[in-house]
Amino acid sequence: MNSLRNTIMTHFGTTASLCLGTCPSSVPQILVPREQFEDVGWVMKKASARLAAEWGVDETLLGRQYAVLACFAQDAEYLLVRCDVPLDDPAFPSLSKKHPPAFRFERQILSLLGLTPTGHVHSDLRPWIKHEDWPPDAWPLRKSFAAGQQMSRVEGEYKWVRAEGEGVYEIPVGPVHAGIIEPGHFRFQAMGEDILNLEERLGYTHKGIEKRFEQLSWKDGARLAGRVSGDSTVAHALTYCRAVEALVEGNVPPRAAWLRAIMLERERIANHLGDIGAIANDAAFAFFFYQFMLLKEHVLRGNKRLFGHRYLMDRIVPGGVAVDLSADGPSLIEEEIISLLAEFERIVKIYDLNASLDDRLRGTGILPAETARELGTVGFVARASGQPLDCRLQAPFSPYDRFPPRMTVLNSCDVHARAWVRIEEIRDSIRLIRELLATLPTGETSAPLKDVPPDQSAFAVVEGWRGEIVYWLHSGPEGEINRCAIRDPSSVNWLALEQAIHGNIVPDFPLCNKSFNQSYSGHDL
Amino acid sequence: MLRILHQIFRTGVVTEPLPEQVEAELAHVGGRLEEAIRRRFHRSLVIREVDAGSCNGCELEIIAMNNPIYNCERYGIQFTASPRFADLLLVTGPVSINMEIALKRTYDATPTPKLVVAVGDCGCHGGIFGESYASLGSVSNVIPVDASIPGCPPTPFDLLNGILRLIDGHQP
Ligand code: SF4
Repeated sequence: MNSLRNTIMTHFGTTASLCLGTCPSSVPQILVPREQFEDVGWVMKKASARLAAEWGVDETLLGRQYAVLACFAQDAEYLLVRCDVPLDDPAFPSLSKKHPPAFRFERQILSLLGLTPTGHVHSDLRPWIKHEDWPPDAWPLRKSFAAGQQMSRVEGEYKWVRAEGEGVYEIPVGPVHAGIIEPGHFRFQAMGEDILNLEERLGYTHKGIEKRFEQLSWKDGARLAGRVSGDSTVAHALTYCRAVEALVEGNVPPRAAWLRAIMLERERIANHLGDIGAIANDAAFAFFFYQFMLLKEHVLRGNKRLFGHRYLMDRIVPGGVAVDLSADGPSLIEEEIISLLAEFERIVKIYDLNASLDDRLRGTGILPAETARELGTVGFVARASGQPLDCRLQAPFSPYDRFPPRMTVLNSCDVHARAWVRIEEIRDSIRLIRELLATLPTGETSAPLKDVPPDQSAFAVVEGWRGEIVYWLHSGPEGEINRCAIRDPSSVNWLALEQAIHGNIVPDFPLCNKSFNQSYSGHDL
Repeated sequence: MLRILHQIFRTGVVTEPLPEQVEAELAHVGGRLEEAIRRRFHRSLVIREVDAGSCNGCELEIIAMNNPIYNCERYGIQFTASPRFADLLLVTGPVSINMEIALKRTYDATPTPKLVVAVGDCGCHGGIFGESYASLGSVSNVIPVDASIPGCPPTPFDLLNGILRLIDGHQP
């Protein structure tokens, strides 16, 4: 599958060049002249590719300048396109005209690396993640910016989108919310109960994660990746480790690959269970909340007993896994699954037959299929809006190449669909775990990796329970971490929440929000 | 409706001690917690949880305190939406600079006397994120802290035990 790559090479001819020798051949990287970067957006749009991620890198330690990279995806193909950005003119042509997710990606590049997106369309240069009281010239991802420095606060104001007119009023919510959830700010313009517009403002949990990676060893990086978003610790650590393994072209032993997949599916089951319960709870059904939370608790306890940690933190390491499954592990899991599945199906039946729940969930928070595609949404949010995306199928790695998931795609695009996709995914993950256990290879659970050579980059994607997670790693002159760029599924899916809320009533916002359940920490980094 | 009732009866009361050591400990800690809350807080300890920049891992376990197995409400622990009603702030972090002001405001909005508990390795000492341009590290760098519950994340049992240790020795 090289069609995106061929499209670019044909369109640009000799002005584009493949970067060979600095990245694994599995994901090609193409360098184009900066002036033509915007054309890449056009060409990729015409080829129906989605912009999966866009980020910048400071390569001054390697005697170069800045660079901006864009990752496009279509079917099973991922392609990286980069342009170099000179130090004395830190600007690059925006991709936002053809690819709406670029708005937030590029605001982030401007805020944290100080590279300005240009072009007639990029009207929104407000800082993103960087709050208005940071010094405007604080660009943490530049090498000249010391990670440990204290920033002084400055006066500043965030310019909110406004709606005016008789009877229009504003509701600001957050950053500290009513429930036990992560902080973020939402601003509604409403008329009566109807929401006219919702604007998100995030960044409250920004902890300087990407910068922090640059101070850690490759091994410790896995621990940090496992704390980018606590509920997705397996998925993030796995994506990071797969990128490290791609950097040194290392392989993990089959048993480790199988155990990784079992953990990834267990994480999916645990989170989906909790979420379905929480959605029902926001529709005033505490019954389901307690039933599903109980099932989730059983999975967490199983994790502790089988792998030594309730959320499986630090179980995935570069080269393999940190714990093996004991000899009686498979039979313990099978026992657990039998009782889990029986309870689950009983509760789902009640859920499915409940008319008042149905009434609240159906037709609420519609994210039209077309919008879901335009915004580049991923994961269960995309699948509930008719988009057949699951990178366990599109970018499979062992053992998913042998055991593909059965994808559920729904077209009702509402809260109900986002919950029901997850019900089906719990069933499918249970099926996968059973198949994996039946074929669990024997042998080692980790393999030593070679040292990372200088100036190499690698890329990995993994379908976590929220959706596709993207990591891009680049090594510096000493073979250390020069850059770790992360794109959590929430980074694109947050845009979709703003669109799904139009025309809904204010009291349904918590329900809609819960049906997306995005990560704040994974987005804010 | 009948099905719901049937499921409720089938499930029964799951908050009873299960045959694991931690369950026996939970019953023990829970009993003492209930007693301390009755004695010192007129049967109800009201908690406001503040995520001051965590990875959300700690929140998962705080939410799990409310699940039917730990069911912290039976000891008199309640979570509130408003700091104005809170006796105790349960703060996770590392405190991000972008949450510093909101955390201080929440602290100020909580009536005295008040207790503050720093939760998780990050809340206690900054964890893997440490102190940086974006992270202020431990909660105690920003507001006064009465007790710490380390762990990454601390389990629901650790949380209940940590709260007990604080209020049992605390003179209101
Ligand atoms: S202590 Fe661990 S779980 Fe809690 S916020 Fe820190 S990294 Fe996340």
